[in-house]
Amino acid sequence: MFLVYVIAPIGQSIAISFYDWDGIGAKTFIGIENYIELWDDEAFYTSLYNNVLWLALYMLAVPAGLMIAIFLNQTVTGIRIYKSLFFFPFVISQIVVGLIFSWFYAPNFGLFTKLLEFLGFEGIAVLADERFVTYGIIAAGLWPQIAYCMILYLTGLNNVSPDQIEAARLDGAKGWKMLWYVIIPQLRPATFIAVVVTIIGALRSFDLVSIMTSGGPYGSSRVLSYYMYEQALSEYGFRMGYGASIAVVLFAIMMVFITLFIVRMLKDEREGY
Amino acid sequence: MFPTPVANASAPTRVAYKVALPVSLLVWLLPLIGVMVTSIRPGSDLAMGNYFGVPSSFEIGNYLTVFQNTPMGLFILNSFKVTIPTVIGAIALSCLTGYALATYKFKANLWLFFMFVAGNFVPFQILMVPVRDLTLKMGLYDTVTGLVLFHVAFQTGFCTLFMRNFIKALPSELIEAARVEGVSELRIFWYVVLPLMRPAIAALSVLIFTFIWNDFFWATVLVQGTHAMPVTGGIISLNGQWVAQWHLVSAGSVVAAMPPVIMFFLMQKHFIAGLTLGATKG
Repeated sequence: MFLVYVIAPIGQSIAISFYDWDGIGAKTFIGIENYIELWDDEAFYTSLYNNVLWLALYMLAVPAGLMIAIFLNQTVTGIRIYKSLFFFPFVISQIVVGLIFSWFYAPNFGLFTKLLEFLGFEGIAVLADERFVTYGIIAAGLWPQIAYCMILYLTGLNNVSPDQIEAARLDGAKGWKMLWYVIIPQLRPATFIAVVVTIIGALRSFDLVSIMTSGGPYGSSRVLSYYMYEQALSEYGFRMGYGASIAVVLFAIMMVFITLFIVRMLKDEREGY
Repeated sequence: MFPTPVANASAPTRVAYKVALPVSLLVWLLPLIGVMVTSIRPGSDLAMGNYFGVPSSFEIGNYLTVFQNTPMGLFILNSFKVTIPTVIGAIALSCLTGYALATYKFKANLWLFFMFVAGNFVPFQILMVPVRDLTLKMGLYDTVTGLVLFHVAFQTGFCTLFMRNFIKALPSELIEAARVEGVSELRIFWYVVLPLMRPAIAALSVLIFTFIWNDFFWATVLVQGTHAMPVTGGIISLNGQWVAQWHLVSAGSVVAAMPPVIMFFLMQKHFIAGLTLGATKG
């Protein structure tokens, strides 16, 4: 039947894309030497550390998105336009976001520098400073990510049951208490999706690093995905095997989250039947 | 509704809210506005240090320069050549897989489904080396076709997840009834299920369009020259070329960002439905 006909090739193409991940370029078998080398590679730890930083700071997008969603969840004239304009950054390519923020951070004339000078600080060349560069890029990444979480929460808020809110209101719940005990528990599905997409986004971060700094200065803003690319495909060398071993580490980290996600979906499915 | 509707609040709060809305929007979109203003700024303004003031004249010429002096037109054409077949291919395939996974009960069903889901979250980097190798072997490296093939394969994962859940939510009595009548599976799919899937197809098309248009990683991995480079990769090469000519970079960026933005505004309802379909249930 057509079921087998269609699924098989897709399954195959996806299978192929997973398949040879442990070192296709390395024609000679060297066992786990790549991993041993990785163990002593300082650049690897920098990338790993930056990935953790991404993961941690990217999570800010979730509460920030919720805040904006609550702020916008009103019915006044023109609110729909506001909502879609707030969502805007997500539609724009990461490339363009990267360029916009490079310009925003530009030394001498960038808006950020001007702002710091206005506040009485000295301007910082964010993207050329080892200490700030990763934070700068993460901030750029947060911009569209917050927009994404916001839209998830806006939909979530629409589905919050009005009865429960009324009931809670009669019980005297207000403001923060209401938010914490009544609203947030009902937003759980939205929160779940927001967290999942944020984690994936953080671990996949590549575009922004590539555009804004190419991993520099001195590799201080590299993340695993970029380091892997650098090792395997850029002018620094064609070390496919080594690159693949970095990818495997990244994959292993991701796998933890994928597994959690699948387990949860499995639970939902079982209940659904 | 939460929070309390502003309409019920005191007058000062209402006014404050109405003021806060545009102000916050302005701050939120400040980087974007900056780029848009810069894109119509004459180059001489930048040279004189007028970066953030009012442009001394309205310079549409920046856009002309972008198209005349660079392969921007070609980049955009390439992007369309990659994006449109991918959308069609991925949607067509996922309609079929989604239907199969949603309506047939067989042993590996759930596992197959989870494979699609998991494949969707895999970091690109793990695929990079083998996919590049495969593309080279097939002689499709540095071509639009190579890029399309990969995108279709990869996006089918996400689309299948989406379609399957959508079809699952349809009333199964419809399909059952048709089966009892002895309608062939293919006809059921074509005449009963497909028409009902229209909203899902619309939502997914917009979403995939945006994803593929904005893809940068695969463009750099699978394409080298100008002739097949989509606009995201193209704009980077331009960025290197115009190091300090921000008015041109800005104009280029605006052009590159345009199609998904237009798409988004035309199909906003579908777009948001697509993004949030997973969020409202489960």
